[in-house]
Amino acid sequence: MAEELTQLLAHEMAARLRAGETTSREITAAHLARAHATDRGLHAWLTIDDGRALAEADAADAGLAAARAGGAEAVAALHPLHGIPVALKDLVSVKGGQCTAGSRILEGYRAPYDAHITERLRAAGAVILGKTNMDEFAMGSSCEHSAFGPTANPWDLERVPGGSSGGSAASVAAFQTPLSIGTDTGGSIRQPAALCGIVGMKPTYGRVSRYGIVAFASSLDQIGPFARDVRDASALLHAVSGRDERDSTSAPVPVPDDLVGLPSSDDEAASWLRGKRFGVPREYFVAGMDPGVETRIREAVAALEAAGAAVDEVSLPHTDYGLATYYIVAPAEASANLARYDGVRFGHSVRGGEDYLADYLATRGSGFGPEVKRRIMLGTYALSAGYYDAFYLKALKVRTLIKRDFDQLFDAGFDALVAPTSPDVAFRFGEKMADPVRMYLSDACTLPVNMAGLPGVSIPCGLSGGLPVGLQLIGPAWSEALLMRAARAYEGATAEAAWRRVLPPDLGRLADPAVPTPTERAAAR
Amino acid sequence: MASLTRADVEHVAHLARLGLTADELARLEGQLNHILDQYAKLAELDTEAIPPTAQTIELENILRDDVARPSLAAQDVLANAPERDGDAFVVPAILGGE
Repeated sequence: MAEELTQLLAHEMAARLRAGETTSREITAAHLARAHATDRGLHAWLTIDDGRALAEADAADAGLAAARAGGAEAVAALHPLHGIPVALKDLVSVKGGQCTAGSRILEGYRAPYDAHITERLRAAGAVILGKTNMDEFAMGSSCEHSAFGPTANPWDLERVPGGSSGGSAASVAAFQTPLSIGTDTGGSIRQPAALCGIVGMKPTYGRVSRYGIVAFASSLDQIGPFARDVRDASALLHAVSGRDERDSTSAPVPVPDDLVGLPSSDDEAASWLRGKRFGVPREYFVAGMDPGVETRIREAVAALEAAGAAVDEVSLPHTDYGLATYYIVAPAEASANLARYDGVRFGHSVRGGEDYLADYLATRGSGFGPEVKRRIMLGTYALSAGYYDAFYLKALKVRTLIKRDFDQLFDAGFDALVAPTSPDVAFRFGEKMADPVRMYLSDACTLPVNMAGLPGVSIPCGLSGGLPVGLQLIGPAWSEALLMRAARAYEGATAEAAWRRVLPPDLGRLADPAVPTPTERAAAR
Repeated sequence: MASLTRADVEHVAHLARLGLTADELARLEGQLNHILDQYAKLAELDTEAIPPTAQTIELENILRDDVARPSLAAQDVLANAPERDGDAFVVPAILGGE
């Protein structure tokens, strides 16, 4: 019974909860037990807080009981996430809890306040299980840059879950939690969602407040949901969205109620596709992409057409400049944001050098990992005297061109664009670690969307060589409800596909003491 | 396009306040130059007449009312301090001598 609860979707758990067939405490305890039992082989978590989670579950059960006393309307008014477990990427502040951002420099740091989204999740009645592993400061595409050891992919424990929100993606794929939160600066939600075979959305820049989130690149970072189906992801996005005056870039745009009203019937969902118009950007089928990924994407496009959508090939001519633009803008912003880690107010601190400068150099030199140092160096160089115009200003101008490419297509009447999320399926540990540019290329199809500030969602669309492939839907600003509707429609149109029944093959090995942990694997290389 | 010498890498590391080992500096010299080669692609584009985009949503001058509101308690703010003296952070001396 307890184990069975973890196999449900969040909206199925919510239905049982409301029907009085289970409690939030039972649901929460089942997930905590599974997370503890299976994380040896996965390493998706950095902190699991049983005591706080169970207390929140009891509060949710009490809230439900109080609502029942208030009648059916009061129960219906509860958020769909009421009593449902959620995991947070370890860069979201939870008051009193550790928040490392995957870095030694924040080891032991305890957040003195809640992030806006933490407050919103509490207000929705959700239960926070703990914090998930990530590439250090969200810089990476494989979770191998975590200072606390990598996370594995439940589809193949020899492979990465993607990144940077790798722990959030892997934990959902491994049924340790039905929902999790990630952040996406260049693909860090969508790419791991694709590689782990789940749903993940990066909302429009400004949709979710970044207050209380450890900053990486402030004009690009957005917070978003992971789930095992579109309805669950959409409900989680609904819970955390909305204006917050403590983040002046969070926009005063209404949160669409449609996010919690997606159709439950597959046929009804799929029928939405009739008459819709999608563009397939030819530049997203990049040289060197996995041929199996391309095949699955072409099949998904055919499924949309078969369900009544019009699909045209389109062009986003500046796509090829996205990587260079991103690897100027993001490191530049990061170098400024990470200047705060000086070992004085919080975090790792080395003192006792010959002067203050020696202490800063030692603190930062020993606190940051290699990828973070690389990005700080790149950003500092791009912003330094004599190079600002050639690099940073040039990149901001190319960013305008990238954004215009998208604007022109949406102005021409396309409802959304359909593309691969990543050119690859999950790759092997170590495969891309030696060459940073190869690692960066795994985000070639996602980072232009961040540069333009647009929403994008990755949904599973089949397998290549037994590993999940992600289909990316990209929409105009503030079109999250439409994108979720489109994603749900694709889910409905392919509900009978055989690949939907395939579970991650290594789920059964996660608890096996004979299987090496991801950290042991990394050490053995 | 520009390429970085070892002295440039050391200068940037100093600007970034990163204490790096000789091995790290050597590795970064190669890696940063490889990444800078990717930047060269941007020179293909004529951007003379293109305005820069620093942020993507058209929000400007977002101000809130200038009223006092509760802030974190001093104990909470200081709780993570590596070194403290009462209600103060102990900072490294920036002026010479004791």
